[in-house]
Amino acid sequence: MLTIFPEIFESPLRASLLGKAIAAGLVEVRIHDIRAYATDRHRKVDDEPYGKPSKYEAHVVRRNVEWLTASTESSINFTPLPWLNGIITPNGVFFERHHGGRAEIDPSAHRLLVHGLVEKPLVYTMEDLKRLPCEDRIWFLECAANGGMEWRGAQLDGCQYVRGMIGCAQWTGVRLKTLLERSGLKPNAKWVLAEGADASALTRSFPIEKALDDAFVAYAQNGEALRPGQGYPVRLILPGWEANMSVKWLRRIEVGDAPWYTRWETSKYTDLLPSGKAYKFTWVQEANSVITWPAPEHKIDGPGQYMIRGLAWSGRGRIVRVDLTFDGGKNWVTAPLQEPILPKALTRFYYPWRWDGSTVIIASRAIDETGYVQPTITQLRNARGRNSIYHNNAIITWLVNASGEVENVQVA
Amino acid sequence: MSRSRDLLLAAFLAATVAMPALAGERPIGRVPTPEEIARWDIDARPDGLGLPPGRGTAREGEEIYLARCASCHGEFGEAVGRWPQLVGGQGSLTWDEPIKTATSYWPYAPTVFDYIKRAMPFGDAQSLTDDEVYAITAFLLASDGIIPEDFVVDAESLPKIVMPNADGFIDDPRPDVPGGEPCMKDCVAEVVIVGHARKIGVTPEDKARPVTD
Repeated sequence: MLTIFPEIFESPLRASLLGKAIAAGLVEVRIHDIRAYATDRHRKVDDEPYGKPSKYEAHVVRRNVEWLTASTESSINFTPLPWLNGIITPNGVFFERHHGGRAEIDPSAHRLLVHGLVEKPLVYTMEDLKRLPCEDRIWFLECAANGGMEWRGAQLDGCQYVRGMIGCAQWTGVRLKTLLERSGLKPNAKWVLAEGADASALTRSFPIEKALDDAFVAYAQNGEALRPGQGYPVRLILPGWEANMSVKWLRRIEVGDAPWYTRWETSKYTDLLPSGKAYKFTWVQEANSVITWPAPEHKIDGPGQYMIRGLAWSGRGRIVRVDLTFDGGKNWVTAPLQEPILPKALTRFYYPWRWDGSTVIIASRAIDETGYVQPTITQLRNARGRNSIYHNNAIITWLVNASGEVENVQVA
Repeated sequence: MSRSRDLLLAAFLAATVAMPALAGERPIGRVPTPEEIARWDIDARPDGLGLPPGRGTAREGEEIYLARCASCHGEFGEAVGRWPQLVGGQGSLTWDEPIKTATSYWPYAPTVFDYIKRAMPFGDAQSLTDDEVYAITAFLLASDGIIPEDFVVDAESLPKIVMPNADGFIDDPRPDVPGGEPCMKDCVAEVVIVGHARKIGVTPEDKARPVTD
């Protein structure tokens, strides 16, 4: 038996049937105090019940851009992509976007109501939800405004700021389909509304086809309960779609026969064109990629061998190819992809590179299984102008100068 | 992630979901009362579904607006600081700097009611009565000339108000960029850098740039 509290076990081991068995020599129980094996002067093995990264990694944190919004209660922070590896975003640095602050909810008091055009409305406790058939799924969540500050030109000089409104996690929960089937859909069930229990009572609606496909009600993220900023105790996930729709602090699912046109699907999250018309219901996050090393947060110390690191993703499915350029887009080479390559998840690429110390213009370009090719900013502007705010998935270009400094630039 | 795995999983889920409950078992979920549902279900749709009883006019709304809204949105809805501008901007959507407000951009008037009722005032949400929300909605719409000052806004009249940008939205046509096999060699004759983020100078100072890593 391994423990840091040997005293707790001594008394029960002396009593009861087990005590008799020990006395009779039938069973032997050895208690090892883990503290005895600690190497530091304080014998600390329990000074950090929930571990944190090394103090030398203190720069790997979420960051905010203060001038973006009027208040930090309704704002966004950015995932520190330039220092992360693999495809899973650690929970502590997963970007957060709130519209009415980060809600603190007691799970024992939380309820999820399913109602509307269903045969039998139902209210679920968190315990109820955990008794239903569950699954683990890996998906990214990306804010529709990721890259939004770059529509009018290269603006923010950091990988964290130009692509950091994204994270990818393994989610545990229940298919929304399971909940809808338990209540029984009426024949005219066509749309679903999801509502959060935060101060903005955020609502988004989406077609029943998505609800019955891969829509998911998650209560855990990367092995532990959701963090408060991710919707603790339960959130919706609409894989591959703009993350505003993955309503956090989920408290209500209503089935209806038409879209709700909430503020979040009219005033916001619509894409204004030069004509004055706007795209609506632009849900899917199209194929995208970014080089996370080198990036403006890094400096290359001198010529030699390095590993280019990057991420690619598509809300339409799997990434099939990532190309890299070192001359601003004249010529491209294909980078190998790391396994696993999952649909609607981050995909990692690494590429060995020898820097000769000259000025280079590097960029990545993702292609997904539908054949969609990540566009240039010029192609996006030709289609949508410059006023769009949302859905800027244009190729991101880094200028590496002769001193090894890296800058966010746009090329034509 | 093979198809057979998905089929197996689907079969497993179907079997579990369909598992009949035995007498005396703890149920999963309970049926709410109509009163419970009514207290939770506060949303209102453009066609008026969900709009509650009550009424208000712009004249009634002005006083409430000044007390509860103007500190952030300005006395005339023109905005204070970076808080959202609520009215004005009609005809600006084609400008280089469009002004997207409830009256210039929002396609449906009931959305104004729904949003104020659920989320405003910021920091004290759901503290307004339905009459107050109707009155504030009327005040905003009247202040930009969409309805007259004495127009009574209620569940019946609100969905009938035609907003200036009602026809301003089109369904998502994406992908809207050129497709096809991408070019790999000699794709452009000359590469010109047209924008430098450092010259804009708006990146937060704390970007944690280690000397090397």
